[in-house]
Amino acid sequence: MSEVFDVLVNQPFFAGMTDEQVRAVAKSAALVSFDEGSVIFVEGGPARYTYLILEGDVALTLRTQEHGSKIIQTLHRGEFVGWSWMYPPYRWNFDANVQTDVKAVQFDGPKLKKISLADPELGYTMMRRFTEVIVNRMQALRIQLLDVYSTFR
Amino acid sequence: MRPTARRILSVERELPDTYTLEIEPPGSDWSFLPGQYTMLYAFGIGEVPISISGDPSDATRIVQTIRAAGAVTDALVAKVPGDFVGLRGPYGTAWDTKAGEGRDVLIIAGGIGLAPVRPLVLDVLNHRDRYGNVTLLYGARSPRDLLFADQLQEWRGRFDLEVLITVDQAEQTWRGPVGVVTSLIGRSSFDPDAAVAYVCGPEVMMRFTIQELERKGFSDDRLYVSMERNMKCGIGLCGHCQLGRFFICKDGPVMTCAQMAGSCWIREV
Repeated sequence: MSEVFDVLVNQPFFAGMTDEQVRAVAKSAALVSFDEGSVIFVEGGPARYTYLILEGDVALTLRTQEHGSKIIQTLHRGEFVGWSWMYPPYRWNFDANVQTDVKAVQFDGPKLKKISLADPELGYTMMRRFTEVIVNRMQALRIQLLDVYSTFR
Repeated sequence: MRPTARRILSVERELPDTYTLEIEPPGSDWSFLPGQYTMLYAFGIGEVPISISGDPSDATRIVQTIRAAGAVTDALVAKVPGDFVGLRGPYGTAWDTKAGEGRDVLIIAGGIGLAPVRPLVLDVLNHRDRYGNVTLLYGARSPRDLLFADQLQEWRGRFDLEVLITVDQAEQTWRGPVGVVTSLIGRSSFDPDAAVAYVCGPEVMMRFTIQELERKGFSDDRLYVSMERNMKCGIGLCGHCQLGRFFICKDGPVMTCAQMAGSCWIREV
């Protein structure tokens, strides 16, 4: 666990949190790795974990009948992959494919929720930080949806 | 103010709707600064402002990249070598390369916005020892829409230039980033307290890019943007391109965010 703690305290996402808080969060976390070409999760599968990428690149893809497999977004060092563990029905909305070898911290969602409920201040801190990530990502996706380059001359 | 008839030397198809024309300069002393544009006239049809996209150190040709998006640009890209176009200029303000000297340089382009910054990239590379880290961030609609793909490939092979490319949508065969160009900012290496940024692309892209750069610590006097408006006269007379108190054809297209003081983000303007 101390190895996970050492990793987490150096991540910008945890900057400003106390060692005690990071230690508590580390109890829900493990270091994992995925080889290039492998799949971290598949659309429709049960969503239990979220991943903080330490190295490597992950592509979120969506399969449709009409367009085949499309990459919706790629995620890179310092970014989180996977939010479906937070709310029912706890199923992934996309595939997460490994573009280049990935090292990551895997957080166990149910454990993280328990830790947050036991310490509401920590829970609020984590939720606020997660929300900031989600909002920034949503804003970015909105610009993507505008297809701004199609009419630009 | 009167256009001079200039011969087209070559026409190259960059993308299905985008072509690069090489045009004979009006004289051996003709020159331009990175970021400037000319008014190109398709005889009998009309005149449009087109950014110069070539190397400022090469005076033998005027290189202009045009996206066919209307009657005039359709006519311009249909030209063949030996045809003539009318030319006025160069006009407008330039990318302030002096401001970047001794500093890290971040160049951010979206879509065909790479054309007006290509002379800047080439100029910086021509005088590479004057700058710190140099980074080019480029966003396009899809891998098929990457402008100057061969040159991007060549630039990516250089050790003294960091090139990061992202697209808005891609098939699974694409190995690079997918997402908006702002997502590349956090992945590039520059000192936000001292770097200079040059940004060109659709206004909404520039708006979000500037917000992100300001969040990273850039001050607005070190943020240069190239504004596009409906330019007609090119010399600040007709008012078609007015943006607040500025005429973009004359006071721009390149301006600092400090100069504009947010006026381009006002909806009514």
